[in-house]
Amino acid sequence: MTDYVPAISILAATFAVAFGAIGPALAEGRAVAAALEAIARQPESAGAISRTLFVGLAMIETTAIYCLVVSLLLLFANPFAQ
Amino acid sequence: MGASPFNVETAFWIGPLGITWPVVVTWGIMAVLAAGSFLITRQLSLKPGRAQAVLELIVTTLDSEIRATVPGDPARFRPLIGTLLIFILAANWTSLVPGVEPPTAHLETDAALALIVFAASILWGIRSLGVGGWLATFVRPSWFMLPLNLVGQITRHFSLMIRLFGNVMSGAFIISIVLSLAGLLVPIPLMALEMLTGAVQAYIFATLALVFVGSAVNEAGPPPEPHHKEKTHD
Repeated sequence: MTDYVPAISILAATFAVAFGAIGPALAEGRAVAAALEAIARQPESAGAISRTLFVGLAMIETTAIYCLVVSLLLLFANPFAQ
Repeated sequence: MGASPFNVETAFWIGPLGITWPVVVTWGIMAVLAAGSFLITRQLSLKPGRAQAVLELIVTTLDSEIRATVPGDPARFRPLIGTLLIFILAANWTSLVPGVEPPTAHLETDAALALIVFAASILWGIRSLGVGGWLATFVRPSWFMLPLNLVGQITRHFSLMIRLFGNVMSGAFIISIVLSLAGLLVPIPLMALEMLTGAVQAYIFATLALVFVGSAVNEAGPPPEPHHKEKTHD
């Protein structure tokens, strides 16, 4: 009866990565655009801006990484699949 | 399909105790770093040689980064943050050595690193604010925030662990998949990207660890700036 678990797991993993990447992608785009605008306005503070940008990008990227970890858990460490 | 990224292979057994490959690689990195630091700092001179100049550059950059985040004497945080930064950087870049998997691509190593930061943040909080003052930070701005502050304390260290694990593991995983598909020379751009990711992740882990550990110190107010800074060290 549990034959459908692998198929659903694969589908769920795909959806997790696919839709989970949308938000971080848009957010990172916005962050980079804002940082570029700030650097264009104040080139002398490029160092501080890019340092903060990298940390912020990593924080944003974490949400996408969560989705990746969830999908890998579904694929490799699924507690419901035999 | 490749091996599960959650599995760890046992290298050898000491009695009933299985020693896994990440542990072996971790101890190898530690041995190399410790031996390198010992060899470079064995004979320090006022006219630095090439190795000493590089080391001084690293320490000076680290100090200025620490001072930019937590004002005051950077020497308080230098051992912890510097070790975290250099160890994670070396661990992430071990993927360049053939046959070696970075230990940070396994959840256990990252959990250990995040636990170190967790313990250090509690210790620094109690040390700079006192037990009562540290506990009072959980009910700030009001007691209503107590559950949120408690959950936040746990989740930010948890996300520290997952972030490093996810980034390094996904890089290693993608390279292994591409390697099984395409073979020679194709994974090289991906490996270059992975080096960049490894460096950025090491920097971010160290910066966030500094922010977490230093938040309590910052709340304790402006630190005693060492007035005798000019006349020390030389």
